[in-house]
Amino acid sequence: MNHNIYIYILVMAGITYLIRLLPLTLIRREIKSTFIKSFLYYVPYVTLSVMTFPAILSATANVWSAAAGFVVALILAYNRKSLIQVSLISCAVVFVVELFTGI
Amino acid sequence: MNRRTAFATGVKDGIPICLGYLAVSFTFGIMAKNANLSVWEAVLISATNVTSAGQFAGLSLITAGASYLEMAFTQLIINLRYCLMSCALSQKLSQSTPFFHRFFIAYGVTDEIFGISVSLKDKLHPFYSYGAISVAVPGWVMGTFLGIVSGNILPERVISALSVALYGMFIAIIIPPARGNKVLAGIVAISMAASLIFAIAPVLCQISSGFRIIILTIVIAGIAAALFPVTDDSNIKEAAENES
Repeated sequence: MNHNIYIYILVMAGITYLIRLLPLTLIRREIKSTFIKSFLYYVPYVTLSVMTFPAILSATANVWSAAAGFVVALILAYNRKSLIQVSLISCAVVFVVELFTGI
Repeated sequence: MNRRTAFATGVKDGIPICLGYLAVSFTFGIMAKNANLSVWEAVLISATNVTSAGQFAGLSLITAGASYLEMAFTQLIINLRYCLMSCALSQKLSQSTPFFHRFFIAYGVTDEIFGISVSLKDKLHPFYSYGAISVAVPGWVMGTFLGIVSGNILPERVISALSVALYGMFIAIIIPPARGNKVLAGIVAISMAASLIFAIAPVLCQISSGFRIIILTIVIAGIAAALFPVTDDSNIKEAAENES
């Protein structure tokens, strides 16, 4: 069966966009339920934590540089450094560690 | 916050996202090349989808010649987490935010732009989203382009280093509020531990990362909401003030 690449792209983009769009347009009022409000308040913390760990450990060329980047990011974030600082310094740490370990 | 400052703040917060996207979409570009896609097709996928896992999965389905229905279903499953994110963001928008703004904001609901938007102390101004989108999405598209045009334009070391940019950003979002808030700190620790278990335990490790995110988010945030309800806005505000 022959498939058209543009229909593939249309299906991918369409489904992905609808998933993002529907809640934003359908939920227009403030939710009153304490449970749902609390649930949505906690959602980003769980989601971002689950996405970060352990995935970060396999993101770089070796687990040691990744672990170093992870620990440095934790320390910087704990000390309330800005988004850009945490992000860029952890990149730099990975770079330096890989340079020295030669991997 | 007026439009100009909202946009400028979005641009500033979008810079680390742009760098991280360059690294990730660079890899996508290389894989698109291996899948025999043209430069235009790969760039079009990145510009219209703006999602990593969904695009990588889509690419393998295209290569395999899967049916359109399979493609639709796979995208739905992998990207379902955006539905949760958009639900959370809907409460972050002022009720009076007109429809057309919601249509444009929806385009930019990625893991990363969601992360910075939902951690804002005030309501989400549409122009904050536009500012972040205007630097992050070009990074995503440009990375794809560079990856497919020349697989080795960036040294491997640089790609490797940039690969932690997005994770560093996530950490910068979740850790500061968790400091001084035992519930949030506990949630972050439990979430990471549970995620690790799902990644290495037999059987559980076969669950795709998209589903892992959805399952753990619903279970952990659900239990937390039942045990530690956030009673009113003052609680959230108080937590936000402790952060600064």
